[in-house]
Amino acid sequence: MGYLMTLGIFASIYTILAISLNILTGYAGQVSLGHAALFGIGAYTSAVLTVNLGFNYWLALPLSIVVTALVGALLGLPSLRVHSDFLVLVTIGTNFVVVALFKYTPFFGGPYGIMGIPRPMLFGKTMDTFAYFLYAVGWAIFTILFTYWMSKKYIRTAFEAIKEDEEAAEAMTISVPRFKIYAFAISAAFAGLAGSLWAHYMGVIFPDNFSFSKSIEIMTMIVLGGMGTIRGAVLGAVLLVFLPEYLRFVSDYRMLIYGLIIVFTMLFMPSGLLGDRSITWKWTKLLKKGD
Amino acid sequence: MELFQNSLNVLVLGSIYVLIAIGLSMIYGILRVLHIAHAGIYTLGAFLSLSFFLATGSFWISLILSAVISGLVGVLIYRYVYYYVLKEKRIVPLIISVGLFITMQDLYRIVYGPYKHPFPLSIPIPSIRGGSFYISPFQMLILIITGSILVVLYFLLNKTRVGVGLKACANDPQMAAAVGINTKLTISLAFFIGSALAAIAGTLVGVYHNNVYPTMGSMVSYKAFVVVVLGGFGSLKGSVVAGFLLAAAEVFLVAWKGFFLPRDTIGFLIMILFLIFLPNGLFGKEER
Repeated sequence: MGYLMTLGIFASIYTILAISLNILTGYAGQVSLGHAALFGIGAYTSAVLTVNLGFNYWLALPLSIVVTALVGALLGLPSLRVHSDFLVLVTIGTNFVVVALFKYTPFFGGPYGIMGIPRPMLFGKTMDTFAYFLYAVGWAIFTILFTYWMSKKYIRTAFEAIKEDEEAAEAMTISVPRFKIYAFAISAAFAGLAGSLWAHYMGVIFPDNFSFSKSIEIMTMIVLGGMGTIRGAVLGAVLLVFLPEYLRFVSDYRMLIYGLIIVFTMLFMPSGLLGDRSITWKWTKLLKKGD
Repeated sequence: MELFQNSLNVLVLGSIYVLIAIGLSMIYGILRVLHIAHAGIYTLGAFLSLSFFLATGSFWISLILSAVISGLVGVLIYRYVYYYVLKEKRIVPLIISVGLFITMQDLYRIVYGPYKHPFPLSIPIPSIRGGSFYISPFQMLILIITGSILVVLYFLLNKTRVGVGLKACANDPQMAAAVGINTKLTISLAFFIGSALAAIAGTLVGVYHNNVYPTMGSMVSYKAFVVVVLGGFGSLKGSVVAGFLLAAAEVFLVAWKGFFLPRDTIGFLIMILFLIFLPNGLFGKEER
């Protein structure tokens, strides 16, 4: 049972991560292959605050979200000058640099990472796995609801406009730089939340937890599920957490399968499993109509 | 004489960077695709050379065989993958390329195992030993091979019809097709040359460090882009100069102990700064 709980916690954390990347990539069209760096910044901020500086968890959590959002906004600055595929190169580079910083700065614990990160206390006692599971699922649901709420607002329209055509968006009086930075900051805030949740569940974090292959994993989730949709991100995250656990060959050939998923999804069904233009989603809609 | 040894290291490391970056730069110049799977070809080249070498015992035969086969694999990637997504947004081929790369890397792990394989080669090139400097046979090998490839490539691109065709395709593929150039064939040729060079680079690195392993391409794949960005996308001359410049920056910053980050990060920092402030690199033309 505890094993299932752990998987549930991972699924929740990856759901948050996938949705946060989806805000940046699916909504605003800024493709990032360095998302794990933000995940790591959230985790490290939370860990440093609680372990090295003795902060209370309930103070460290919002702080790590804010710090990651600020760093995300900063990392968004290149996107104002660098576009599409070059931006991807910048994000890849950023991921390598951030991991190297964690690895080679003694303050961050070097290659051995940070150990002894405490579980949060609630009502005077430390959360056990079940409580943490509920807590993580709660945050995942909050992320889904927040993103859904946001997707009904003007900001989503602005993101779509930037994704489709920046010059046209500018002509429609949408401030492209401002909304790009918003996209990076909001996306980073959720990545920071996921990082903090991860750090305080695992109790120990290493620089290699946040390497480039993690970024690819997150990207695989939203590509598989269907870019630009919340349901796709959730499905992709849940599938990629549970499949390797239940199918032995999937966990043995993890990277091979992720790679093939990316290649074949992009080639043959660019809307993923549940994207707006995917066959599955069209069928579901037909069934709903009842005819 | 530390300066001399460092300069030699710059030449050797730079040669490898140049060999990899030429293919990337050519492919980007024509298709506008960031071909990350290029590093997969690089690793493939190293493994094929090793296998052929163990089977035949002749280094030159295995090098040539491996370059030809890797070149053909590069052509296959163009014909059966990129060809179908060229009209999509430029992000699509890039993400596919990343997917291809990690697929290839894991395939090598499954086929060859995750460990480092030694490359047991001894070559009949004498080492040069002066009063206080020393050039090892493998360093000589790398310099000779790279030098001759660069000369051949220069003549191929500047003095032959094939080179004119490649340049025309890089300039404007549709116009090139309109004046009777077989663009599909020409682009395939670019992939073939680029991939063969990457395979040679992979082999040379495997020989030089005496090991070949599945993930040997993962750092190289992105670092080659550092070279291409630095030199300016699509500019071969730029790639050659930038390859040696990057090697110089890395070698001398590492030799100078004051730098706090590992060698591989230097390149990425340079790349990020260039992309932001000098997106056309040192020799690139304005993006069309």
